[in-house]
Amino acid sequence: MMNEILKLNNITFTYAPEQEEVKNAVEDVSFTVNEGEWIAIVGHNGSGKSTLAKIINGLLFTEQGTVEVMQKLMNEENLWDIRSQMGMVFQNPDNQFVGATVQDDVAFALENNGVPHEEMVARVHEALAQVKMEQFLDHEPQHLSGGQKQRVAIAGALALKPRLLILDEATSMLDPQGRKEVLATVRKLREDTGLTVLSITHDLEEAILADRLLFMNGGQKFAEGTPKEIFDLGDQLIELGLDLPFPIKMSKLLMAQGVSLQGNAMSEEELVNDIWISNFKK
Amino acid sequence: MTKMIFGRFLPGDSFVHKMDPRAKLLFVFIFIIAVFIANSTWSYAALLVITLLIMLMSKIKLRYLINGLKPVLILMVFTLLLHVFFTKGGALVVDFGWVNIYEEGIRQGIFISVRFLVLVFITSILTLTTSPIAITDGLEILLSPFKKVKLPVHELALMMSIALRFIPTLMDETDKIMKAQMARGSDLTTGPVKDRVKAVVPLLIPLFVSAFKRAEDLATAMEVRGYRGGEGRTRYRLLKWTMRDTLALLALLVMIAILVLLRN
Repeated sequence: MMNEILKLNNITFTYAPEQEEVKNAVEDVSFTVNEGEWIAIVGHNGSGKSTLAKIINGLLFTEQGTVEVMQKLMNEENLWDIRSQMGMVFQNPDNQFVGATVQDDVAFALENNGVPHEEMVARVHEALAQVKMEQFLDHEPQHLSGGQKQRVAIAGALALKPRLLILDEATSMLDPQGRKEVLATVRKLREDTGLTVLSITHDLEEAILADRLLFMNGGQKFAEGTPKEIFDLGDQLIELGLDLPFPIKMSKLLMAQGVSLQGNAMSEEELVNDIWISNFKK
Repeated sequence: MTKMIFGRFLPGDSFVHKMDPRAKLLFVFIFIIAVFIANSTWSYAALLVITLLIMLMSKIKLRYLINGLKPVLILMVFTLLLHVFFTKGGALVVDFGWVNIYEEGIRQGIFISVRFLVLVFITSILTLTTSPIAITDGLEILLSPFKKVKLPVHELALMMSIALRFIPTLMDETDKIMKAQMARGSDLTTGPVKDRVKAVVPLLIPLFVSAFKRAEDLATAMEVRGYRGGEGRTRYRLLKWTMRDTLALLALLVMIAILVLLRN
């Protein structure tokens, strides 16, 4: 049986509770994340996905609905305990770098949680090795690229050995190279440790890597399913302000032109194979 | 601007570099007080020799120090001249029309200059041989007894290290905003002073706005990573007090004894 890492029950949240006319930022959202899953929350700006991330981490408290982390209801008493089991990486690489050097930054969460010194040193090295940044121990943040800073931020989260890693638009400020680095790191981590990942993103190339997608619109959960199921919504997604990933768009366009494809390619490689197969059939 | 060495750190592996930051801070603090013990020619000469010895031990070149401290040295020469021309007392050395230079003026001028030079050199050697993080760590531990009187030592140290960490980030940002405003036709370098001061306003406002945004993001990131103030925190960087540090402080005591003996 699958272990539930995170469960949201009917979450409703508004930033201005007194004003009736202000729309709820999040309205009646429920979902679960099971151990070992990679789940992505997608949606355009203002769809409530970042508010959701803050609720999950206890930065915001809701008036309605509950958050359960590892089958425990989150409240003010166990908040710090729960936070130590969830690592979180934010959007801006500069604004989350606390330490003066890479190793100080990775150690920050460990210092906060009172980890003894010897264990701290071992864990810092281990976490940096996991993101392949171990040769940058003494580097200062201004000498690192955006992708490297985000990898350090991931190491900082990993050092606490969390059960869940939350990426809140972690790749949206990076160049394509940095984005690739960070996504490759997350993929590798999942292969090696089976880490549960919740990524909040509007980058569909990132979303397509997930096992399950949650599509938010106007504060509500619009759809939930595998990437294939979500992207099959096609035109509906485009109407709601999300584009389709390139391989899917391409196969749709090709099929509209009368090329007989299977149309379930999720990556460029799969698209190429699909085209080959359709060619052989002729 | 680039030549100024005040607050810069030069990595190295000399005796002084390897000292514990706590020992260095204590040394400099006591040394600064000791400078005021000197009052005779010989004691000032001793101070100068001690400073040069410390400089040799830190493997920092005299030329580097002098080049980097030029603006301060100019100020020093200025005070020297002020004393030479305006302090009266002792025998008259030069009597040339309205210019009267007295023996006491020359003496006082040189004494004050040496005192100034020694203070500037010693503090520069401290910052040149100790990384800002090490200074912050050292200060935090040295000041920890003051926690008893409710001085927020940990918070102050953290504030200092975050401020140091964000200096390059904010410098980059300033540069970016400056270029953006220049691209829109703002002129920061020419024109009357009044206009130039006015041109700084559209530079400062975006900088402040973004600094506040950064502060908010950083606070969130720190909270998520379990920051709850200084209670129950452990330290990643450990400071090691070695024989070297004890020796340095003992040497300082000997120096003070010599200075006291050389007083008149």
